[in-house]
Amino acid sequence: MQVENNVIQIRGLKKSYKRMEVLKGVDLNIKKGSIFCLLGSNGAGKTTMVKILATLLKADSGEVILSGCDVKKSPEQVRSVISLTGQYAAVDGLLTARENLRMVGRLNHINDVKAKTDHLLRQFNLEYVANRPVSTFSGGMRRRLDIAMSLIGNPEIIFLDEPTTGLDPQSRIEMWKIIREMAAAGVTVFLTTQYIEEAEQLANHIAVLHEGIIITQGSAQELKSKLAGGAVLLGFGDLSSYITAQETLNGYSCKIDDDTLTIEVATDGSVKQMANLLSILNGTNIAFLEQKQASLEDVFLTLVAN
Amino acid sequence: MNRQGSLRWKTNDHFVMAGRCIRHLTRNLDNLLIVIVLPIMMMLLFSSVFGGAIQIGGDENYVNYIVPGILLICIGYSASTTAVSINMDMSQGIIDRFRSMPIAKSAFITGHVIASVFRNIVSTTVSVLAALVLGFSPKASFVEWLIIILILLLYALAMTYLSTIFGLLAKTPEGAGAFGFVMLFLPYVSSAFVPLETLPKALRLFAEHQPITILIEALRSLFASTSSPFIFEAIIWCSGILIVSAFIAGQIFKRKTV
Repeated sequence: MQVENNVIQIRGLKKSYKRMEVLKGVDLNIKKGSIFCLLGSNGAGKTTMVKILATLLKADSGEVILSGCDVKKSPEQVRSVISLTGQYAAVDGLLTARENLRMVGRLNHINDVKAKTDHLLRQFNLEYVANRPVSTFSGGMRRRLDIAMSLIGNPEIIFLDEPTTGLDPQSRIEMWKIIREMAAAGVTVFLTTQYIEEAEQLANHIAVLHEGIIITQGSAQELKSKLAGGAVLLGFGDLSSYITAQETLNGYSCKIDDDTLTIEVATDGSVKQMANLLSILNGTNIAFLEQKQASLEDVFLTLVAN
Repeated sequence: MNRQGSLRWKTNDHFVMAGRCIRHLTRNLDNLLIVIVLPIMMMLLFSSVFGGAIQIGGDENYVNYIVPGILLICIGYSASTTAVSINMDMSQGIIDRFRSMPIAKSAFITGHVIASVFRNIVSTTVSVLAALVLGFSPKASFVEWLIIILILLLYALAMTYLSTIFGLLAKTPEGAGAFGFVMLFLPYVSSAFVPLETLPKALRLFAEHQPITILIEALRSLFASTSSPFIFEAIIWCSGILIVSAFIAGQIFKRKTV
């Protein structure tokens, strides 16, 4: 396999807190320059995983290679290629936006701190508040500064732990734009989220973490097709057709609704099954037919339920 | 590639961290009050309010008598605020950012310590100036002044590292702040403001043997330009506390952050 293409390689990653097994053997390969999204409910182990990858926490076993460096053996080298934006904005509230950026720039040992600071302030639309203490900032502004601080060291990989949690819709869309721009600039983005929509909007590659293991992964399209075609919604013109159809469809997995006289039939999405379905219902008064595609949410909920 | 390992970058990291903490001093009104107002209030309180009531015997100037105690109280309290700032940093996201960056491990704590020393230099200078205005008349020679500065510096460092331990261990900033009260009250049970003979027996036993009394006696004789065996003892005490607490603080920080 094209190993050199995978900027993040994770093998058999395990981590327990006391007796709680949080990660039970995670394997992942993430391509350079992609947006990877780790999707999972609260407590699924997302933050634990980010902390291990960002050298803040030691794994019990397994191997993590970031940009060719082993997290366990050479954390210092890993730190020089990564950047972390944690769940809580890691900004210094007493300093101004400019001072925050300059501090992180100098700690990253970059040469042109001043120029880069000015550039990032402009890029993240923070110029007009550059000299104000960060404690006066709104949530969205703090997040923008947080990400700007993560970018000043020119990281190859950036970890964003729930970057939009707690943001208003406008700030969230702004954050999505920023994330896309980062990836376009060649940075590999590893983000965690509990929002399915966010994963669908942003990610090239989604992995669902549930109870410490990756239960499925792939692009949004691949995940949807895994749950097959979803369902067909059949609406009936009169009560007798509705009842007849229910009897005919005995054996299919159906969701019936007496108020609207509709039946939702789960299918595998194949044309053959669809034709079969219509042929057995031939003669009933079908008022309308609607094919429902599985949403990523259906995929997520189905998988998590199993 | 491995430029973070070089001495130059390590020094840079320590300076950046210290710069951050010193900036905090100027942004935080509480800090400013502790640094400037506390020493002046203490001097005024003891020289004017208590000064008339407390008899120390002989015709000694009471201001001269209390200056060492007030210096130690101000230094101790000012150093103790390090516990709160470290605790706040540890409980907020910023520590995770620092830890995921290629910076010298020790820079985080050293930054706080340098800022504390800086704060103490300002606060002690204010104390001495206030004392001079109120009638403090030191007779120390140049060399004795240097020894005084050495002892105060060692004391400030020792108390800062001690409060670093509290800051790292406390669960909340409020808890870390409690250390300040210890530093505020410990000097009262010493020879700082009243002669030891006036204390009840149990307290006197404690006061006679606690390091603050030794420091007070050492400073008092240095200001008065008389010799005293306490000077050497004071230096040993401060260095001892400094070395032990700096070591323990380093270990706790390592354990908490690896």
